[in-house]
Amino acid sequence: MRENFLVVENVSKSFGGVKAISNVSFSLSGNSLLGIIGPNGAGKTTLINIITGFIKPDSGRVIFKGDDITGLPGYKIAEKGIARTFQIVRPFLHLPAYKNLIIPLYSKRVKSFRGGRFGDRDTVAIDLLEEVGFERDSSVPYKSASSLPHGYLKRLELARCLALQPELLILDELFSGMSMSEVAATVPIIEKLKAEGLTLIMIEHRLRELFRIADKVIVLNFGEKIAEGKPSEVIENELVKVAYLGAESA
Amino acid sequence: MLTGIIVYGLVNSSILLLVALGFCLTFGVSRIANFAHGAIYILFGYLMWIFLNWLKIPFLFAILLTLVLSGIFGYVAYYVAVRRVRGIVLSEVVSTFALGVGILEFFRWMGFVTYEFSLPPIKKGSLYILGFPIDYQRLIIILAAIGLVAFLYFFTHYTKLGLSFRAIAQNERTAIALGIDADRVAALSVAFGSAFASVASILVLPLGIISINSGYEALLIAIAVGIVGGLESIPGMILASLVLGFVQIVVGVYVSSAWVMVVYLLAIIVILVVMPSGLLGKFKELEERV
Amino acid sequence: MIRKERIDRGIKVRSDDIYAISSYREILYLLLPRVIPVLCLLLLPTLLGSYYERVIIISCLMGLLALSWDLLASIGLFSLGQAFFFGVGGYASGFFSYQLGLPVPYSIVLGTVSGALVCTLLLAPVLRLKGVYFSIVTLAFPLFFVRIIESTKILGGTEGITGISPIGNSWIELYIPIFVFLFSLFGLRRLINSDYGIVLQAIRDNDRAVISSGINVYAYKLECTFIVSLLSCFSGAFMTHIYQAVGLSAFALDYSLLPLTSAVLGGVGTFAGPAIGTFILVPLSEFLRVFGTLRVVFYSVILFLCIVLLPEGIFPFLKRKYHQIERFVEV
Repeated sequence: MRENFLVVENVSKSFGGVKAISNVSFSLSGNSLLGIIGPNGAGKTTLINIITGFIKPDSGRVIFKGDDITGLPGYKIAEKGIARTFQIVRPFLHLPAYKNLIIPLYSKRVKSFRGGRFGDRDTVAIDLLEEVGFERDSSVPYKSASSLPHGYLKRLELARCLALQPELLILDELFSGMSMSEVAATVPIIEKLKAEGLTLIMIEHRLRELFRIADKVIVLNFGEKIAEGKPSEVIENELVKVAYLGAESA
Repeated sequence: MLTGIIVYGLVNSSILLLVALGFCLTFGVSRIANFAHGAIYILFGYLMWIFLNWLKIPFLFAILLTLVLSGIFGYVAYYVAVRRVRGIVLSEVVSTFALGVGILEFFRWMGFVTYEFSLPPIKKGSLYILGFPIDYQRLIIILAAIGLVAFLYFFTHYTKLGLSFRAIAQNERTAIALGIDADRVAALSVAFGSAFASVASILVLPLGIISINSGYEALLIAIAVGIVGGLESIPGMILASLVLGFVQIVVGVYVSSAWVMVVYLLAIIVILVVMPSGLLGKFKELEERV
Repeated sequence: MIRKERIDRGIKVRSDDIYAISSYREILYLLLPRVIPVLCLLLLPTLLGSYYERVIIISCLMGLLALSWDLLASIGLFSLGQAFFFGVGGYASGFFSYQLGLPVPYSIVLGTVSGALVCTLLLAPVLRLKGVYFSIVTLAFPLFFVRIIESTKILGGTEGITGISPIGNSWIELYIPIFVFLFSLFGLRRLINSDYGIVLQAIRDNDRAVISSGINVYAYKLECTFIVSLLSCFSGAFMTHIYQAVGLSAFALDYSLLPLTSAVLGGVGTFAGPAIGTFILVPLSEFLRVFGTLRVVFYSVILFLCIVLLPEGIFPFLKRKYHQIERFVEV
């Protein structure tokens, strides 16, 4: 189980003749951190959408903890313990920040953890927000989500995922749009989550931070996997340099 | 029988295409679902009638005046009804819908519902095709539908304004960054849409009387053709008009003319559920529909 | 530069939290805006006489349509065809009462429940649609039913069903709609602020994030549609027995436009707003009866002006005035 926590087998998907993902396979062991990198339009987000059930693949399988989850509806996959953030954060704008966390806390998965009983959801929500760096004693958690700055929204999105008590957490460009200091504050949170036993997948353009915390990196280009390995190996790979940095710098 | 079905199917398809073209043009360019389309169609039918019967304006000049006025109406309608609520989907729909209902019900209250309200055909008389009689008006409708589609194609591919229409349709932000005034283009798209509606009313309304209910029906036709064809794609619209047009004629002949209306409604629902992006629509719309 | 500033009244801040209520003044501050309208609604009909009784009954029934429109809107589904629910409920109870000969209470209850089931089943395939597309389908649905009834001549065809038994007791006829309306109003306001209601609002804001939070969005939409259908079908079923007839006019545009206009006039998403809206519009349209079909024009003009110029609505405006002080400050 620890070895093949998540297995993606020969997954392909094309949109109107354009191959967004072709024949991508990889596997992920439990309690590790996988980085997915690649230039824009390489199919990273499509791959995540396939894993989390937002898009059905044309062919291939996704196996999570031994169960075939290919083509299950998104909420079922989330119920199994795969949480994800979205690249473009769209929080529930009408609600105060902490009420945003009511939604995952109200799901079947969290209810089942609590044996159907639930005390004060609001308190749980505030605790979670503190975990991702909201100031507990300030008014920030109570502010309407529409009034929060972008860095907070990203962390709110992270908290929404954590509220689901996931086993696999997929972060789609969590760092994009965050300031340097916000990134610096968020990296320890991620390291702590991993230390607590969580498995993570990160799509990221900030390679320096990613390579420091990732156990394994795969590189996508035009929907194909062109490299896989430890960060230090991938960074030396010629194909990656060409694809990612452009031919001239290789 | 078969010749009849083919000829009347073609006529019917052309009518659907003419009625729908304006709605789909507006939606395709600026994503404004103009729910006042059917009302504009009827409004300019009545205006044309007023020009001819009350003001005694010569026929050709009345046509010209109707076209120009409908364009101006659409342009102004954008700034009055849509500009302030732009981007809020519900409000756009509601404000244009309210505008449309207001216009149509106003005419109903004015008593514009009797048999005297009908427009003259462009050319009276009929001729025989393969031993089948068809009047000139219906022939003109077929030709006009082909002509308008050709015009639209050349307009959007070879004129500066048409190209900026397509630019806005493809990516509004980039187009704005390149110096295209999105508001003006959106207003023009509504103007063109309503001019197309008035063309349709001048051509199609002479086949019967001008009635309020055909205004609501025109809106349904436009929506049905747009959705079945996958909005914004001209080949899709042509295909959709042909499919709907022929199915209606076949239903009218073999089942009952009472069921003809049901065809649009069923088509809308079935397509939205089974093929949300329409017959020839593009994938990018899927996410916003479903 | 002078800027307008809005500050919560002290009494609002103190009485916000239930534990802080310490004086009758604060209790009254919270209770009055709720109790006065309720008392008015309960007492007015007996004071005003029988003509206004009818107006109040119709207001309550239309109010149910507006409330259910608002519930559907709070999950992100904007209906342009509330008449669909109304008509189905009306025809269902007409069917049970006239064609099966059931007594009135049974035909209303059965008509409501079966009508709601029919509506939910028919809408089930299109609930996945978003934005304009759902509106388009709901606009088409009432027309669809009219055409089908016309073509197949079922349920009385174009004539409709007449000679349906009346409710009989004028007290029941008056107070059942009032109680159902008040119960729905306060119930829905409570529902939308509960955790369940928060999930509903979140679906409107961003359904993908709700899905990835492990919640079956489709099931929620179905449940919500069923509640909406129940309320609207009840409205139709009751109306059938008041008029002792049901016809194709039950699917008329009026019944789609009135709830929509009430909601926009009163304030979308507040439930109290649509309620206020109907109690303005229905009496108004009674006064406008002499103008005949021009009424619909009035609705659309009001709707148009409200959506373009006053997108906030009456209720949020009143609420702000009640809870906040506005003043100008030098910046």
